[in-house]
Amino acid sequence: MTGQSLLAWISAAITFGTVIMFGCIGETLNEKAGGLNLGTPGVMMLGGIASLAGAFFYENVVTAPNPLICVIISLLCCLLACSLAGLLYGFFTITLRANQNVTGLTLTMIGTGIANFFGGSLVKLSGGVGQINVAATSRAFKVGIPVLSTKLGIVSKLLFDYGWLTYVVLAMAFRMQYFFNKTRTGLNLRAVGENPATADAAGINVTKYKYAACTIGSAIAGIGGLYYVMDYVKGTWSNDSGIEALGWLAVALVIFTSWKPANATWGAYLFGFCYWVYLYIPGSISNVLMKLFKVQRSTYMQNLYKMIPYLVTIVVLILVSSRKKRENQAPASLGISYFREDR
Amino acid sequence: MANKEPLIRIRKKDDRPLYQKILIKIVFVVLALLIAALFINSVTKLNPLDVYASMFRGAFSTKRRIWITIRDTCLLLSIAVGLTPAFRMKFWNTGAEGQILIGGLVSAAMMIYFGGKMPNAVLLVVMLVLSMVAGALWGFLPAFFKAKFNTNETLFTLMMNYVGIQVIEFFVDVWDKKQSHSVGVINSETRAGWFPSVFGQQYLINVLIVVIVTAAVFIYLNYSKHGYEVTVTGESESTARYSGINVPKVIIRTMLLSGALCGLAGFTEVAGISHTISTQTSGGRGFTAIIVAWLAKLNPFIMVIYSFLIVFLNKGAVQIASDFNLNEYASDTITGILLFCILASEFFTSYQIVFRHKEEQ
Repeated sequence: MTGQSLLAWISAAITFGTVIMFGCIGETLNEKAGGLNLGTPGVMMLGGIASLAGAFFYENVVTAPNPLICVIISLLCCLLACSLAGLLYGFFTITLRANQNVTGLTLTMIGTGIANFFGGSLVKLSGGVGQINVAATSRAFKVGIPVLSTKLGIVSKLLFDYGWLTYVVLAMAFRMQYFFNKTRTGLNLRAVGENPATADAAGINVTKYKYAACTIGSAIAGIGGLYYVMDYVKGTWSNDSGIEALGWLAVALVIFTSWKPANATWGAYLFGFCYWVYLYIPGSISNVLMKLFKVQRSTYMQNLYKMIPYLVTIVVLILVSSRKKRENQAPASLGISYFREDR
Repeated sequence: MANKEPLIRIRKKDDRPLYQKILIKIVFVVLALLIAALFINSVTKLNPLDVYASMFRGAFSTKRRIWITIRDTCLLLSIAVGLTPAFRMKFWNTGAEGQILIGGLVSAAMMIYFGGKMPNAVLLVVMLVLSMVAGALWGFLPAFFKAKFNTNETLFTLMMNYVGIQVIEFFVDVWDKKQSHSVGVINSETRAGWFPSVFGQQYLINVLIVVIVTAAVFIYLNYSKHGYEVTVTGESESTARYSGINVPKVIIRTMLLSGALCGLAGFTEVAGISHTISTQTSGGRGFTAIIVAWLAKLNPFIMVIYSFLIVFLNKGAVQIASDFNLNEYASDTITGILLFCILASEFFTSYQIVFRHKEEQ
């Protein structure tokens, strides 16, 4: 493998990792309060389409879009849409005590539906497939760290040549880890997720914490959708639900990290490497496998290589569960609605 | 102030008479139709009545359309029924998509390699059996590790979907002669491995399969020892262990069954409906069926109603999309609205809102 392709692989893994790291951090916050939100893929779809729609209409109205306003508008649209989705999830699972899995799956269905519906309309508005383009906003999100991103040669290319959200998410992951372990609010939140009845008895407002967790968690996850649209696919849209597939990996990543956001900082990139590995399997190995499977074309084999991230996730799931370490387990009340009068 | 009762409080109330429960459900379904109409109206400025008339046409206007509506209702129902044993055990099988796909894949493989080489009836039976075996295998892996290490089955089965999708992608490429990344209709001339028409009805076999499966699962779960073990394991694993039930065995056996039934749905789809295989063979039904099964509280009769409602909305939305030049994703949105409303109705059938002043009287 040449240095060039290694560099391309690393860079693809990092942008990929950033998308799912946002999703993972948001979902972790949610799960720490006891809410298993399978709606996260849908929420990320919503975040993507909301930011795109905001940017699209702003860039169409103004002749010379201001980068800062581009960023603010698309970020605000994304956060608003996703917090609303999170609030909806909260209303159903916390207030109405609906089943979390069912609510989450429905949210994913409706989120994907809405996003593709409006995405299709936006594509039509802008004159056909591949025509939609929010170049100014995409550029504004792809701004890297000044000086560091240009002056250090190979190091710049390797580590600093990414949009600024790549670094925001890293800071966010460590901040979240600190929040869970060192702050009073974070500890209260974990208490709610472990045993809501005890937390309630200790005077913690369980409902408030749960609502806050799913609203803010969804907003953070949604930024992953925004990053996907603005940076990962460079300000375009196609109705292929690509965000949804990444969203499921984000949910899996939560388990991979054993609910510790700091682990997501490397876990997400590892998933990224696995996801793109199909392009970088050395020809010699590929040839052997092609003979083994009796296939003529190497592109056929790529379909099988694309399983790798999912297989890795499965293996990790099994390993984590077989070791049964206490600190690696899910919050005890994960997936269960809390009803005070049930005690 | 501190001791004052809150203004609104929620009380459990699961002893409502049946007519009240049904009334609440109907109110919420109507509410869903209203919200959906509002959504369509706000994005298209169309008269909602026109829209519903159009939806109704989409599902019922011709005899063929009625049969297609019935066929799709049956397909969704069969998956929901297939998920029921697992859900009764509180095993979250989110892997129906993958189990359907792999069942469909095996059916398609048999059609391609053995079409015309054995009598059609034999071929169909072989396809049926092998698709069930494949689905069962897809369900076995998560169940085995759930039984052994208590591995999270929700995510395991979910990941198995994606593994399944890639397997399909692989074979689609291998079987595709024209480099178009599509298998096309298999055996379109010989019709080998296709369901034959019975009494002139192309889809009667689909319906028959579903009726048999539904009845069998209903009897199995409610009137057999196995079914009882499943229920006890679902209620409480420790109770099950204490009463001498071999919990790992029950988990694996039940998931084998659930996976096999989902694989069977894949067979029905390939042999009885599309006669091809692609990643769209499952078409998200595996997820929709999860919601259907759960919302119906695993009652097959209610599943029929919900499956029908969803298929009706789906067909309707497709019709609106073509009548009024919208894109087809409107149907996911409308289905989502319906499901959220039914979810909300759950709350009102099992809880009661109590206001403070009412309590004081």
